Amino acid sequence: MAILLFFLFAALAVGSVLGMIISRNQAYSALFLVLAFASLGGLFGLLGAPFMAVVQIIIYAGAIMVLFIFVIMMIHLGDGISPEKKKWTIAAAVFMGIILLAELVFAVKGAPAVPMAGQEMAGTSPTEIGRLLFTKYLYPFEITSVLIIAALVGAVVLVKKREGE
Amino acid sequence: MIPPGYFFILSVALFVLGIIAFFLKRDLITQFMAIEIMLNAANLAFLALARSSNFVDAQVIVFFIITVAAAEAAIGLAIVLLIFRKKKTIKTETLNSMKG
Amino acid sequence: MTDVFWLIPFAPVLSSLVLVVFGSKLSKKWVSLQACGAVLLSFVFALVAFLGSLRISPEEFPIVKTLFPWIGAGSFQAGFSFQFDPLSAVMVLVVTGVGFLIHLYSVGYMAHDKGYTRYFAYLNLFTFAMLILVLASNMVLMFVGWEGVGLCSYLLIGFWFEKPSAAAAGKKAFIVNRIGDMGFILGLLFILVAVGSSEFSAINKAIGQGIFPQALATLIAILLFVGATGKSAQIPLYVWLPDAMEGPTPVSALIHAATMVTAGVYMVARLNLLFTFSGTAADIVALVGALTAVFAATMALTQNDIKRVLAYSTISQLGYMFIGCGVGAYAAGIFHLYTHAFFKSLLFLSAGSVIHALSGQQDMRKMGGLRKHLPRTFPPFLIGAIAISGIPFLSGFFSKDAILTEAFAQGKYFIWALGLTGAVMTAFYMFRLIFLTFYGQERIEHEAKHHLHESPKSMTVPLAILAVFSVIAGYAGLPAVLGEKADLFKRFLDPVIKPGAEGHIGAGTEWLLMLVSVAVAAVGIFAAYVFYLQKPGIPHTLVARFPWLYKLLYNKYFVDEIYGAVIVNPLVKGSDWVYGHFDLKVIDGALNGSASATGFFGKVLSFVQTGFVKDYALAFLLGAVIFLGVLLF
Repeated sequence: MAILLFFLFAALAVGSVLGMIISRNQAYSALFLVLAFASLGGLFGLLGAPFMAVVQIIIYAGAIMVLFIFVIMMIHLGDGISPEKKKWTIAAAVFMGIILLAELVFAVKGAPAVPMAGQEMAGTSPTEIGRLLFTKYLYPFEITSVLIIAALVGAVVLVKKREGE
Repeated sequence: MIPPGYFFILSVALFVLGIIAFFLKRDLITQFMAIEIMLNAANLAFLALARSSNFVDAQVIVFFIITVAAAEAAIGLAIVLLIFRKKKTIKTETLNSMKG
Repeated sequence: MTDVFWLIPFAPVLSSLVLVVFGSKLSKKWVSLQACGAVLLSFVFALVAFLGSLRISPEEFPIVKTLFPWIGAGSFQAGFSFQFDPLSAVMVLVVTGVGFLIHLYSVGYMAHDKGYTRYFAYLNLFTFAMLILVLASNMVLMFVGWEGVGLCSYLLIGFWFEKPSAAAAGKKAFIVNRIGDMGFILGLLFILVAVGSSEFSAINKAIGQGIFPQALATLIAILLFVGATGKSAQIPLYVWLPDAMEGPTPVSALIHAATMVTAGVYMVARLNLLFTFSGTAADIVALVGALTAVFAATMALTQNDIKRVLAYSTISQLGYMFIGCGVGAYAAGIFHLYTHAFFKSLLFLSAGSVIHALSGQQDMRKMGGLRKHLPRTFPPFLIGAIAISGIPFLSGFFSKDAILTEAFAQGKYFIWALGLTGAVMTAFYMFRLIFLTFYGQERIEHEAKHHLHESPKSMTVPLAILAVFSVIAGYAGLPAVLGEKADLFKRFLDPVIKPGAEGHIGAGTEWLLMLVSVAVAAVGIFAAYVFYLQKPGIPHTLVARFPWLYKLLYNKYFVDEIYGAVIVNPLVKGSDWVYGHFDLKVIDGALNGSASATGFFGKVLSFVQTGFVKDYALAFLLGAVIFLGVLLF
């Protein structure tokens, strides 16, 4: 059962990424990406990280992609830009990609097999993650919050129209 | 029982797809999206690790990755907007003022 | 009491440093006080140490004090250590005592010079270096002092460096000294190899134990003597000393009469065991000394510059000191060093007084009849001249006589004869100088005559003091005929000088020899009187009769010209050639070449930076692939 779900979500993820690559229209690409994120969220859930799954959906699919779509709208390019057509660049990229794939697959071959989600083990509750966040990873947590504020302020400052522009 | 190897291989595949996407696309925004794909692939790998080695800290790492990716997206898109305003285009073939 | 001896060098060097750093902000008065005071302090320390040493029994010498370990490189060790014994005592007393008087004199002589502070800084530095030289307990530290005095000599000779001749003279002094130093260094290296240490006590011990073969000792001694010929202006490296007269007169008095030039003699005396052990080296020393004594005296006969006469006289007198050392009478040689310091510096300072009075005139042909005008300069000058000529009852007589007597006693008649010849000429040229300057017609230029004035007290008082010493200093070493115990000086130096084979001559012979010396001096003086006062036409007649002889002597046997043509010019031309072909083309070429190569490669590599993000990303990817590949396989 879980395996089926896995293959479903996996196929969905890979499919939507491929769609994103192929489509000419940027808006379509963005929507495909949303789909990809959603399926990834499902996969996260399968991995016994419900909290992460929800966070993924809310933040990635919800906030970040919305941001992307806003920007795409602001830079209204109409028909969009088609993907690369030159043969040799496509070939080079795919070629390197395949090599990388091979290497990485080789690298991860030796992962141990351990019980997965669903039946035997319960997923990680937010409580556990919360506890970790506020004790062991307190520093990174605080610094990340500062980072977010900095990004916020930075983005506003960058895009603000100057006086008389 | 899903062997974690499956997740890892999926993660790797998504990652490589992201890379190919980066090279195949010609405008900034979609290239940016490709980067997001890569980040998510990494997230997947981390979570698979968390599960397979019973290492909860990895989830916290993913949490941070998502957060930082969000911040990065905000700034990156702001910069893209600025570039568009300046150059009136976001086709990366034309953006080479850092030459030499 | 004697233990204060290690403090002796420090006041002058501190004073020098202060003058260098703060000199421009100090008043002239303070500078004089500080500079002279520093040397006076050293003199006090020296005196205290000397008095203390009188009570110490001979076996305890030398007293060594190591200030800090300094050099330790494997088997080559050299400590920064001083030693004190009778020989050091004599030397430090001379250096600080005469040095102090000369510092005092300089206050007056250099009063109007704009480099006043710089002068005293250099002079103090020189005093420090000389003290290091004589107090060092090993040859490496002594070499430090040796080079230090050479440096200060360069700085002080070329003191008025805007004058091209002065700058050239300074360079010449330094370079010629350097040539001699080659010999010193080689000798030092051989000693290090043979003995393992450069401490004097170790060297003496090694000689006593017979570690050296005699041939090696001879080689070392000769090499060291080459260094001494450079520093002490003997044949063949004396050429710098006459030119050194370009420096201020007190400098000539201090460095080129009393102290620096005596460093070579000191070194030979310090290593007397080595020289005695190698008889051949001692003979060479005596011979070179004797030849130089006569050679220089002949050149002094014709010079017209008052300082040049004194310069050649110094070279000649140094020859006598080496004669003394060479025949084994090291005590006599040092004795002459000590008396010479007094009367030669007296002569130089008096000459300075005359020059000062005549507003800078140094040519004796433009002097004359100054006896009436310079009543405080003339008597000391005369005393100095009498002393150097070896007239009895003054110091020069005792010391010169001691040397010549010993030479005769050793059976070295040729050397004795040369010494005697030199003595005649010494008396002659000194009194020629006196007569030309102070007696006879006044040939002074009008301008100078207008400003003619006696020198200030700061200059004439040291003259008086030196004059007194020139008279009484000799009584420290009375000849043996007046009693065995009479030679205080020699007995004082006994712990240091191990006597070689001493010659013995009867009392009668000794009296006879003394008489001969006196007679010879009298002949010289009389001849000078005749030539320059009674019948002033004689010199001209002689010159007309033997023009070639006069030309030869007047032009210093053309030695400088010969050196120039044979050694200096080829070297200069050779260096120019090397510069043009090697320095400019190869070295500069390599440097410029590497610079342009870098630029070229930079241009080539800049093609990689296309400005496109995708290309950069491709590079990333490539790198990642390779890296992973290496990591995994």
